[in-house]
Amino acid sequence: MLVAEKNSLTEEIEKMVEKHGATRAALMPVLQDIQRNHKYVSEFAQQEVARLLNIHPVEVYSVITFYSFLNSEPRGRNIVRLCQTITCDLIGKEIVAKAIERELGVKFGETTKDNRITLEFANCLGMCDQGPAMLVNDKVYTKLTPEKAVEILNKVK
Amino acid sequence: MENKDTSRAPVSQKSHVVEKPEHPEYIGGSISVEINEKKVSVPLGTTILEACRENKIHIPTLCHHDDLCVSGVCRICLVEVEGMRTLQASCAFPITAPIKIKTTTQAVRKARRHIIDLMLSEHCGECYACVRNNNCELQSLAKEYGVDSFTFGHISEPRYEIDNSSFSIIRNSDKCILCKRCVRTCIDLQEVGVLESVNRGDKTMISTFMDKPLSDVICINCGQCINRCPTGALQANDPSDQIWRDIEDPAKHVVIQTAPSPRAAIGEEFGLPAGHSMTKELNTALKRIGFDGVFDTNTTADLTIFEEGTELILRLYKALVEKDESVALPQFTSCSPGWVKYLEHFYPEYTDNLSTAKSPQQMFGALFKTFYADKIGVDPKDIVSVAVMPCSAKKFECNRPEMDDSGWKDVDYGLTTREMAKMIKEAGIHLPEMPPSNFDSPFGEASGAGLIFGATGGVMEAAIRSVVEFVTGNKIEDIFEKANVIPVRGFEGIKYAELPLGDVVGPVPGILQKLVPNWDWLKGATLKVAVVHGTANAKKVMDDIKAGGKFSQCHFIEFMACPGGCIGGGGQPIPTNEEIRMKRVEAIYAEDESLEMRKAHDNPNVVRLYEEFLTDGPCGHLSHKLLHTEYTKRGKYIA
Ligand code: SF4
Ligand code: SF4
Ligand code: SF4
Ligand code: FES
Ligand code: FES
Repeated sequence: MLVAEKNSLTEEIEKMVEKHGATRAALMPVLQDIQRNHKYVSEFAQQEVARLLNIHPVEVYSVITFYSFLNSEPRGRNIVRLCQTITCDLIGKEIVAKAIERELGVKFGETTKDNRITLEFANCLGMCDQGPAMLVNDKVYTKLTPEKAVEILNKVK
Repeated sequence: MENKDTSRAPVSQKSHVVEKPEHPEYIGGSISVEINEKKVSVPLGTTILEACRENKIHIPTLCHHDDLCVSGVCRICLVEVEGMRTLQASCAFPITAPIKIKTTTQAVRKARRHIIDLMLSEHCGECYACVRNNNCELQSLAKEYGVDSFTFGHISEPRYEIDNSSFSIIRNSDKCILCKRCVRTCIDLQEVGVLESVNRGDKTMISTFMDKPLSDVICINCGQCINRCPTGALQANDPSDQIWRDIEDPAKHVVIQTAPSPRAAIGEEFGLPAGHSMTKELNTALKRIGFDGVFDTNTTADLTIFEEGTELILRLYKALVEKDESVALPQFTSCSPGWVKYLEHFYPEYTDNLSTAKSPQQMFGALFKTFYADKIGVDPKDIVSVAVMPCSAKKFECNRPEMDDSGWKDVDYGLTTREMAKMIKEAGIHLPEMPPSNFDSPFGEASGAGLIFGATGGVMEAAIRSVVEFVTGNKIEDIFEKANVIPVRGFEGIKYAELPLGDVVGPVPGILQKLVPNWDWLKGATLKVAVVHGTANAKKVMDDIKAGGKFSQCHFIEFMACPGGCIGGGGQPIPTNEEIRMKRVEAIYAEDESLEMRKAHDNPNVVRLYEEFLTDGPCGHLSHKLLHTEYTKRGKYIA
């Protein structure tokens, strides 16, 4: 990472810490802010958070690895999470998944070459009565069919 | 307990702690409970585990450790509490109401057995090829609960790679039972924060920042995590195979130095209760094993007092008389390599405050391959120097690239107390049966001042014994009865003492005459000192210094990375707790009091060393080359 990039990231995190307070309890909201802006929390960002909240970098890393919606590795511009839990699974998650993979040319767990979309599985999204369900960033789509899913993803920038 | 600082503990852990009342005899201060139908009364807030221990009722534990905050994650300590739907973890259950507890019901036994079975189902390790064989809490639990088959299966293929990147610590996650004792040790006791649990559910493991190898993250190698790990998941990096190879090689001259703390603790490895010094028995055992020379690290501890004491006097002289503002004060001790690395990482702007004097281990190393090689007429390339230390950080220290001032690697191997005991056993020797014998010449015996380096406050006490006599010309016994400098002793995490030097000063001793003209500038001065152990405490003191607080006014501060000082080092016998550490300290102070020679400057071998070899005196040219070192400003950033 370039020095200028680092400096601006530091500044950004400092502002977040100012907003949420420089306490241990601010860890989650700060990480969520970083995740929202950058789609991941880099090694450098984690250490800056640790420094500003006066905790250890490994504690930050521990929290990130615990939550599926936080990551420490770069992701695509958009994160698509398809529900893999039992109700959605029974009602056709598998064919939706296949269709998406075919359309984008990458597998779940991977990112498209143009960095547009990262595919991930998620656990129950609380939409079991309307499955299969999928999240695109923070927007939820339900009652998916392969065609509908592909159509939605093609509109994602 | 002094070090049990839970101020940083997550809220989930704090709920398990209830402040105990100051006066349990007042109304409401005590609660009567029934344990296995026996009525007992305990202070409010006592945990069920504590209440049971108090009443000699055994409850198994794994994640609980006397030095650490409550965690309640392993559940092996479950008991039945009447009226509660589920079994309760006794270590995390503070008693706040009269309750009825049952500790041996079938439900309890079954649950505990299930927990053990579940742990074993994921535990990949073969006891007979494990460092903790016969001293493993998981193994003994399996025995205690009569495990004769694996109810839930047992994996035989390792799932993780062993991390042996560090000079000091090896991590084998396949043997880890996720008790998080290491996590609490590293964060709460040491404030280093290397380890945490990562991932979730069945993928949970203990790991480092970004799962990097231990050598790439900020670990100070103190080994405190090893001492608190119930299993063989953490161990020190053991060089004994190479040492055996060198001993068997007739071309090699293998010398060994023994530090006081291993001597005060190694008996525990042979079944003795804590608190038996085995100095002279160890000498005999080491000679039988085949070491060509056995020496006392206290010799160079005495030498350290000369060098470090002189350095302090020089710093004070420059600051007070020459008004040189660039002089870094307070001076920090530098004999604990864990502390040195801690400072290099977390307070790199203060490395100038560290005494440049090397640790006793490294001083001896440099002398072995110069002075000693000359004396016995052996080519230094054929000398192998081994150090028995209570410490895993000493392994890192001897591998620091700058530690080659003799022209060779000054100390080849750092060996822990545990590894030393293992070698002795391998040789078929039962240490307590050995007849006593003395250290070898040309270094011979050393003073009690060097000996007490092993206890927190020891370096300070040794320095005070010498500096006060040097400056005032009086006997230290006139100020402190039997030369025991009580104000710097004890297990308090941070100690502070003021020592008025008085208005009468003595003549400057010959060995220092080149450096200071007289002591008049110290007339009426008060020496301010502090003693700190455990790096969590060091952090508090360093933050105070940074803020310009009381400790910034000190002249000299002793820092030890490990709780209790070296006797509580990461290479010492397992288990450890405050009681055991106390016993070891007592053994050291008792040995000190039994000696004739109790001050570093009374050590004739060291005085002779200055006459024959280091002829330009303490902090002179040759001393600087061989006995002093420099530090690296490492910083906190993990690349
Ligand atoms: S950690 Fe304990 S149970 Fe596991 S292999 Fe080693 S001795 Fe056996
Ligand atoms: S050796 Fe010390 S610093 Fe390193 S992980 Fe263990 S407790 Fe932490
Ligand atoms: S490494 Fe040892 S102390 Fe740490 S969690 Fe695993 S078993 Fe417990
Ligand atoms: S199972 Fe898919 S939303 Fe609940
Ligand atoms: S010892 Fe009580 S839960 Fe682990």
